[in-house]
Amino acid sequence: MGTEEIRMLAMAIVMGLGTVGPALGIGMLASKALEAVGRNPEAASKIQTNMILAVAFTEAIAIYALVVALIIKFV
Amino acid sequence: MHISLVAEKIFYIGNFAVTNSLLASVITSIILISIAFVVSRAFKKTPGRLQSIVEMVVDVLDGLSQSVGGQYTRTFLPLVITLFVYILLSNWLGLLPGFGSIGIYEIEEGHKVFVPLLRGATADLNTTLALALISVFSVQFYGLSKNKLKYLTRFFNFENPIMFFTGILELISEFSKIISFSFRLFGNVFAGEVLISVITALIPVIVPLPFFGLEIFVGLIQALVFAMLTLVFINIGTQVHGSETSVESVHGLAGEEVEHGN
Repeated sequence: MGTEEIRMLAMAIVMGLGTVGPALGIGMLASKALEAVGRNPEAASKIQTNMILAVAFTEAIAIYALVVALIIKFV
Repeated sequence: MHISLVAEKIFYIGNFAVTNSLLASVITSIILISIAFVVSRAFKKTPGRLQSIVEMVVDVLDGLSQSVGGQYTRTFLPLVITLFVYILLSNWLGLLPGFGSIGIYEIEEGHKVFVPLLRGATADLNTTLALALISVFSVQFYGLSKNKLKYLTRFFNFENPIMFFTGILELISEFSKIISFSFRLFGNVFAGEVLISVITALIPVIVPLPFFGLEIFVGLIQALVFAMLTLVFINIGTQVHGSETSVESVHGLAGEEVEHGN
């Protein structure tokens, strides 16, 4: 394999492995938030705001993987 | 298919290179400033269409900031709304037809290269980095102006070893905020543009439509996230008192819907 092939492979692996964690995290977050809304529907708007914030933090990890992948591909 | 990570340079003013994303961000600013100008000139008691939209945006974000709490929220709300509106408009402008598709051919290193004239402003790391710097510096600014030098005890605290160590972590987290703010926005918007151009290259008709819907939604969510995070961080920064600061503000964020209820 040449350098170019290894780069392509590395990019794919980074994206694949890097998104596993955030995917699990966001799934857990959403399931807990929905559970909370089910228990206390009056707090839905508040829970939603906090959920979006927490999802943003979790998603940031996937974005780091994306950035690394982009750097491998383009730089 | 042509995807470029960096924004392309279109022309030069002296030594200053004007990129296509800079052009788009100037357009965004002009649109926002002219809307603000028109609305504030003809401010009426019974709002017209445009004024209703502007009032709605301000009202929704004001309600959101009240639910986050904090006594100084109103002082920095204008900054948060400005960030929200600017990011939202530049995200959505980047989806318009013409962005990335209208351009000129330039000869570069012997072969022809397509240079689009416009590129979504937030699809360029320079723009998002600037926004992140504004956001993080305003956290420090409001923290210092509300708590004076007491704010610095958040980072440099010699009361006991644990507080000293937490201070170091806080200091590092301020820098990681810049990185996560800028890369979150850039990553989302740029990934969206790549997604759309890939899908359009595969199947050009009808199929890209739902992805545009997704990107409109992502643009809104990312603008909201950026504004909300700025709001929460400034809020935490303005309430330095002892060690429980961040824990307390998180509690303030999470609890007590009961008293405002529906």
